[in-house]
Amino acid sequence: MPTREIAGKTIDFDDENFMSDHTQWNEDVATELAKEEGIEQLNDRHLVVINFMRKEFEEKGTGPSIRRLTKQSGVPTKELYALFPGGPAKKAARIAGITKPQGCV
Amino acid sequence: MKKLLILGAGTAGTIMLNKLLPVLNRDEWQITIVDQFETHYYQPGFLFIPFGIYGPQDVVKPKRDFFPSGAEVVFSPIDRIEAKDNRVVLDGGQIINYDILIVATGSKIVPAEIEGMDGSGWRKNIFDFYTIEGATALAKFLKFWEGGRLVLNIAEMPIKCPVAPLEFVFLADWWFTEQGIRDKVELQFVTPLPGAFTKPRASSVFGNFLTKKNIGLTADFNIARVDAENNKIISWEEQEEEYDLLVTIPTNMGDPLIERSGLGDELNFIPTDKHTLQSKDHENIFVLGDATDLPSSKAGSVAHFQADILFENILSYIEDRPLKARFDGHANCYIESGFGRGILIDFNYDTEPLPGKFPLPGIGPFSLLEETRMNHYGKMMFRWMYWNLLLKGAELPIESQMLMAGKRH
Ligand SMILES: Cc1cc2nc3c(=O)[nH]c(=O)nc-3n(C[C@H](O)[C@H](O)[C@H](O)COP(=O)(O)OP(=O)(O)OC[C@H]3O[C@@H](n4cnc5c(N)ncnc54)[C@H](O)[C@@H]3O)c2cc1C
Repeated sequence: MPTREIAGKTIDFDDENFMSDHTQWNEDVATELAKEEGIEQLNDRHLVVINFMRKEFEEKGTGPSIRRLTKQSGVPTKELYALFPGGPAKKAARIAGITKPQGCV
Repeated sequence: MKKLLILGAGTAGTIMLNKLLPVLNRDEWQITIVDQFETHYYQPGFLFIPFGIYGPQDVVKPKRDFFPSGAEVVFSPIDRIEAKDNRVVLDGGQIINYDILIVATGSKIVPAEIEGMDGSGWRKNIFDFYTIEGATALAKFLKFWEGGRLVLNIAEMPIKCPVAPLEFVFLADWWFTEQGIRDKVELQFVTPLPGAFTKPRASSVFGNFLTKKNIGLTADFNIARVDAENNKIISWEEQEEEYDLLVTIPTNMGDPLIERSGLGDELNFIPTDKHTLQSKDHENIFVLGDATDLPSSKAGSVAHFQADILFENILSYIEDRPLKARFDGHANCYIESGFGRGILIDFNYDTEPLPGKFPLPGIGPFSLLEETRMNHYGKMMFRWMYWNLLLKGAELPIESQMLMAGKRH
């Protein structure tokens, strides 16, 4: 399992570059991961989404789908795509330090 | 007398009824099954209707033909499940109590989930083939179509039979070639997935088939709306795809009855233990087939493998034993690839589709992840197996747990 140094912390990743232990996460780590995803600065709205994802993950063991995100976090779909261009569910999960949403087969 | 109630007499519910009825003690257990329709649809056959390979008459049989004697059968729409009172309310208000409930109400398309989808273009130049009505209407349209840009779009995942959209474009490539108008038709496969399919290895194999057959691929396209006036679909990120003919796989959802019962997730699928098939919220409710939220494919073959597992777990539950049988996510799908050939994939939760021979390691007769004539016969034989073996809960020559033997990494 690949390990990398991020924001001064040693972080474990899975094969798909998602954090494999969400307890190693903090907001500084999120800021760095966001940069890797091409998001220069995380604003309040990003954080609403990210915190919602972490809460879901802690309760359910998997990140939410986009549908669940919009329904439960109050952030409309259109805005989600603007906040996390190119795939909100996956990108936000990576920045939130949780594993890839199970999604679909 | 105790009551075991099955909701939905589609693929999964019918299999379960046929497995349980002969073994449950009739002095102790009454088994009831409820469905709204008297007709059983062979849904895998819908794929062939637009191309005139099957007609509507080839995919229907009376449900009664598949019910064992001794079961109580009720034909009625179901209004809701009242889980805390262990009872189900039918549309007319009739109440059925249960000790054990098996929910097998499947999933269906909901075009209205995408803005503009079911408006002025619906069944004019926008069609689905996941319903018998859609597939039949598309067959009529195609008879007269002279060509243009055909866009196949998957609205969002999960969908039932995730390979069916690929099969559709493969068959379309063949069919337009037969009609002599392939040079007048541009085929575009537009999907929210990052590639042609969900699993990496199969995705690259199918991607190559698309290229070989001159079918364009637009990946990562998340549809936001249909602009039926201007014949284009538009994504949340404002990408556009123009079409002359749009073949859509709309959002798939569990039946609204699940929402009315407060038992579903945001797509009306029921949170279910992915190994035991017990519902997560109620220990006397079990869920089977497309109605679950499992990360396995929504397919008839999968419902069949699940039924083997659920059968054991229901017997354990009745006798107060731990639920030991575990579903591994096994799926086995024949993929029609056109020109009388097919591809076969076999996979589970942990192992993606791999090449090899199936079901007999090293022998076959079917080849995994390869295009062969034999695989096409497998697909066509599936209809016979479905009516004559699968629905009746008979053993198929395939194990319910996936086997690694015969597969290559
Ligand atoms: C185009 C297409 C191609 C496919 N190809 C394949 C294939 O090649 N191989 C394969 O294995 N699978 C294939 N499938 C998938 C397969 O058909 C389904 O996965 C399978 O039928 C699921 O079984 P089920 O019992 O869960 O649901 P269903 O068979 O859909 O049964 C659900 C039943 O519940 C009833 N019901 C629902 N709600 C209510 C209500 N409120 N009141 C009363 N009754 C209700 C319905 O009437 C229905 O009879 C395909 C599907 C489609 C659409």
